[in-house]
Amino acid sequence: MTHDDSDHHHEHDHEHGQHPPSDMELRVKALEFLLVEKGLVDPAALDAIVDHFEHKVGPRNGARVVARAWFDPAYRARLMEDATAAIAELGYVGGQGEHMMAVENTAGAHNMVVCTLCSCYPWPVLGLPPVWYKSAPYRSRAVIDPRGVLADFGVTLPDEIEVRVWDSTAELRYLVIPERPAGTEALSEDQLAALVTRDGMIGTARL
Amino acid sequence: MSAPDPLKLPGLPRDAEGPVFAEPWQAQAFALTVQLHERGAFAWSEWAEALSDQLKAAGPQDDGSRYYEHWLAALEQLVTAKQLAGAGALRDRRHAWEAAYLRTPHGKPVTL
Repeated sequence: MTHDDSDHHHEHDHEHGQHPPSDMELRVKALEFLLVEKGLVDPAALDAIVDHFEHKVGPRNGARVVARAWFDPAYRARLMEDATAAIAELGYVGGQGEHMMAVENTAGAHNMVVCTLCSCYPWPVLGLPPVWYKSAPYRSRAVIDPRGVLADFGVTLPDEIEVRVWDSTAELRYLVIPERPAGTEALSEDQLAALVTRDGMIGTARL
Repeated sequence: MSAPDPLKLPGLPRDAEGPVFAEPWQAQAFALTVQLHERGAFAWSEWAEALSDQLKAAGPQDDGSRYYEHWLAALEQLVTAKQLAGAGALRDRRHAWEAAYLRTPHGKPVTL
């Protein structure tokens, strides 16, 4: 699934380094860290402002991907085979060229995504990460006690459903494909997309 | 000092509910600006002028897709003019982060 890696990417793989963010991202990061160090801005207050707009980046992109997968079995097959390419088919590209992997909820398995190290997040499909996704408690507990975390989100899964936790990296990010709700056979693709929530695609909600 | 109203800035990408961002760094730059103003680092009129200067320099053929690039340039310019951070320090820090990404193995946290 990494056959479309650019040479550039391989170079970094070879050096065992990570692909650096864009010039803009690096400059914002530099500004933010320097201003935080000088006590001129408060990181928690910055988060609060960003959080207020978190749904404003690419809010429906991921929902369109999920709806297409439910609607079109051939698309679903391509998505499961190579999510990066299938998502790009719908025109959603961006970020630092990280690869996407789609993980599908089934009657027997529930998927949940975390980034234990930092807050890697597939923003071209999901928008800005919610503050809880970046919080230390979520990042540490999601792996150790995923059922407990899900319970905090109001999701109780029967023991026979396996919970799979996927830890994102700078290079590989995950999109949860929720189960298509029952009784939606007659809905159009647009109507299906309206049912898909952000948390459903992170795996902290069931549809 | 009047309350900032980012929505009145000319050319701001927005929908009915407020500003929209194409990438997370744009929201970060937006939040930094709003908070620096709220904490008294500069007047909103100073910010509006700094941004307007950058947008004017971009010329009339600029289609708005690079709005936040101009925003970031304006913020860097104002922050250095106000001596909140030095231009050299910003540049050094930017390069330090880039180097940190390049030397940090996959799957490890990036730190300076």
